[in-house]
Amino acid sequence: MSVVVVGAGPAGVRAVERLVEAGIRPVWIEESPDGGGRVFQKPPPGFSRDAKALYGADAARAQAIHDTVARLRAQVDWRPGTLVWNLRPGPRLLNTQGPDGTTQEVPYERVILCTGAMDRALPIPGWTKPGVTGLGAAQIALKAQGLAIGRRVALCGTGPLLLLLAWQLTKAGAPPALVLESAGWGQTLRAAPGLAWNPVGALRGLAWRAALRRKGVRIHAGALPLRVEGADSAQALLWRDAKGAEHRTEVDGVAIGYGLKPETQLADLAGVPFAFDTLQRLWLPERDRAGRTAVPGVYLAGDGASIGGSVVAELAGTRAALAVIEDAGQPVDPLETDMIHRRLWLEARFRAALERAFPYPAAHAAAMPDETLLCRCEAITAGDLRATDAPEVNRGKAFTRIGMGRCQGRVCGPAGAEVLAAARGCAVQDVGRLRGQMPVKPVVMA
Amino acid sequence: MSARDDRRAQAKPSTGGLNRVPITADVLIIGGGGAGVSAALHLAKRGTRVVLLERGLIGGQASGVNHGGVRQQGRHPAEIPLAIRSRRLWSNIQELCGSDVEFDPCGHLKLARNAEQEADLLRWNEMAKGYGLETTMLGRNAIRAQHPYFGESVIAGSLLAEDGSANPRLLAPALARMARAAGATLLEHHKVESIEPGFRVLANGQEFTAPILLNTAGFWGGEVAARFGEPVPVESLNPNMLVTEPLPYFCSVNVGVVGGDVYLRQIPRGNVILGGGRGESDPALPRSRPLPDPGFLAMRKAIEIIPRLEGALIIRSWTGIDGGMPDALPVMGWSHTTPGLLHAFGFSGHGFMLGPAVGEILSELVLDGRTDVPLEAFDIARFNRQDGVEPDVWKTRLE
Ligand SMILES: Cc1cc2nc3c(=O)[nH]c(=O)nc-3n(C[C@H](O)[C@H](O)[C@H](O)COP(=O)(O)OP(=O)(O)OC[C@H]3O[C@@H](n4cnc5c(N)ncnc54)[C@H](O)[C@@H]3O)c2cc1C
Repeated sequence: MSVVVVGAGPAGVRAVERLVEAGIRPVWIEESPDGGGRVFQKPPPGFSRDAKALYGADAARAQAIHDTVARLRAQVDWRPGTLVWNLRPGPRLLNTQGPDGTTQEVPYERVILCTGAMDRALPIPGWTKPGVTGLGAAQIALKAQGLAIGRRVALCGTGPLLLLLAWQLTKAGAPPALVLESAGWGQTLRAAPGLAWNPVGALRGLAWRAALRRKGVRIHAGALPLRVEGADSAQALLWRDAKGAEHRTEVDGVAIGYGLKPETQLADLAGVPFAFDTLQRLWLPERDRAGRTAVPGVYLAGDGASIGGSVVAELAGTRAALAVIEDAGQPVDPLETDMIHRRLWLEARFRAALERAFPYPAAHAAAMPDETLLCRCEAITAGDLRATDAPEVNRGKAFTRIGMGRCQGRVCGPAGAEVLAAARGCAVQDVGRLRGQMPVKPVVMA
Repeated sequence: MSARDDRRAQAKPSTGGLNRVPITADVLIIGGGGAGVSAALHLAKRGTRVVLLERGLIGGQASGVNHGGVRQQGRHPAEIPLAIRSRRLWSNIQELCGSDVEFDPCGHLKLARNAEQEADLLRWNEMAKGYGLETTMLGRNAIRAQHPYFGESVIAGSLLAEDGSANPRLLAPALARMARAAGATLLEHHKVESIEPGFRVLANGQEFTAPILLNTAGFWGGEVAARFGEPVPVESLNPNMLVTEPLPYFCSVNVGVVGGDVYLRQIPRGNVILGGGRGESDPALPRSRPLPDPGFLAMRKAIEIIPRLEGALIIRSWTGIDGGMPDALPVMGWSHTTPGLLHAFGFSGHGFMLGPAVGEILSELVLDGRTDVPLEAFDIARFNRQDGVEPDVWKTRLE
């Protein structure tokens, strides 16, 4: 049976591990030069920082993931540095482009998509200036190369990643100058009971907060970034506090990221039906709890299907592999699947509470000033989109070119939908979602 | 989870049950592509009560996703008068549309890559001169001097300076806005489900009646014709398209080749849009998809004529569904089986440019009973003739 696993983050690693245990030798494709995924991003060769410094409390899990990748590589058809840029559900083919630019067609009988997530952007005026980056991207810079994005850095976002990055920067000796948490205290407190579904996770959040306070780093709850100022690069951030007062803080680096957004393009090309998730405020590919989709041979796991974090990703990866094994007619242990379902259920409760505590600041996105460069690839402003009579996002794209550029709307999509929905006076799900097109990321002409 | 699937965002709630009170009009139009909306506009301007029924969104099919070529060059002689008539409308397209549709008369340069192709260019130019179309032949030296970005494989080119391009995503919706302003009723999300003689048409739970019915349903025009006992050999034609990231601006003309295996243009933002080969489709859904292999072939052909494209990044690929006829000529004219039924479909991959004139001509056929553009070659009955389809001496089937 030809099985392909796309992605070598926590979900992909555990999926491959389980497949190998069942005697299957999958093709394992990863866009980065190495495994680990975004959470457990490795420094490039030549950089030596120990795991503890890089991954903090997750060091042991990071190490385990890296060790598993190292062990599995020889047991599978390992293809790092390779982008899957197209999926054809009919003939069951993937198209890839390798590190040297060569393209290939990879057949599959079953494919597990573990494509992970990316930062969920919130465009504000000035966000395209040098010095401004995504929260996740700032974290990767730190993990991969020990780089802080500036000397006076503002972090704008919500939820655990914001706190974690603030803490990581502080530990690395570069505490952020400003931390803006969009969620207000009220929101966070109301969700607190739900957060108890994962006491360890919830406590860790409190611990980061306390530690940051000790180091003199203050977190402004209910605060939102308004505009990045600066002639050639970021020089100051204009922001608004919970009471509505505006402030201007001089910074030379700004990281913005309001949670994560699944990379669902391959699932979309596969023809997996999508449903609107009101909690995450995103269109997500539909799957059962084992990761099976309505499309024969296509399985989903990890943040690429729905944001759940690395622990959920590992469980979901294992579960999807078990589904593949089961569907191929081999026995699986019902106790193992039951145990995974129970843990996934618990994590889902925690996740739902987190989403309630730290929601995407949709109203702020919807109200962005007309001059905001909503689509940075094609230089389309929020005003351009509002000026159309487009009833839904694909029409908005057709009229203005928003989302037609290099990122194919992966960056501006969610914020663009908020802007259009507000302009049309309808719910965000009623303006639909951008249809995926191949290649999901740029392919070299040769 | 609440809403299911993105189709929900596009589907307007239907009226639920059937609405038994029919809506009457002078003319009913099936299909809101370039041909249909232009017909609606021209009819409404002359005071006709028009209702246009579109299954999806106006310009959502071929008319909204094409290459945007506005070209007379390379057309079959039978289509040249129609193209010339349309080109005249393009000169005032901003006025006709009420907004900018990015029409740029930048010239269409058709390349020869060997002596035989050069002879083909000369032969076509000679023929087109008879219709009053002026072309300029560029030999090896001239083309090198004027277009230094072409590779060695290019040996000559023929320029039709008044050809150009426009933004296909804007044209049909803009014409539709003008048609509505002129009093036409254009209904989106109205798929025509049944048609009875008379004509009584059912769409989205509502009945519509009119003595005249225009079939401008693109590829699906074949289905409409078949309902009236006039089946035609129409195929789903899916030109494979690609676009690069923005590149430094170098090419101001639209580029084609004899043989039609690749064509490209660069938009002012720098992206190069190129086409060649075919994608795939399921017109019943309707859905279409580009295919990787023809995409790579088109890339190689493009690099052969413009070597600097090597290494550029492709950011998107797409295709669409047009009605392709065996002789690459549209079906246009009155039905032979059903009085009041007027066809205009099957534009075979080059009907974007023709849309404005097609609508005007349809309005003349309806209101004046005549038009000055010869339509015999487009007669729907041509596929029944003994000798069948004419030999493709002008190689337009390849374009
Ligand atoms: C990728 C591509 C590239 C092309 N490049 C060029 C080019 O460079 N230059 C050029 O001149 N031409 C080009 N063409 C061709 C051109 O796009 C078409 O010939 C032209 O747009 C056809 O217009 P139309 O109105 O006949 O059809 P369409 O635009 O397809 O409109 C037909 C409409 O009918 C509707 N419809 C069908 N059935 C029903 C029903 N039962 N009820 C209600 N509505 C219905 C459909 O939804 C559709 O909107 C290209 C085509 C494609 C696909």
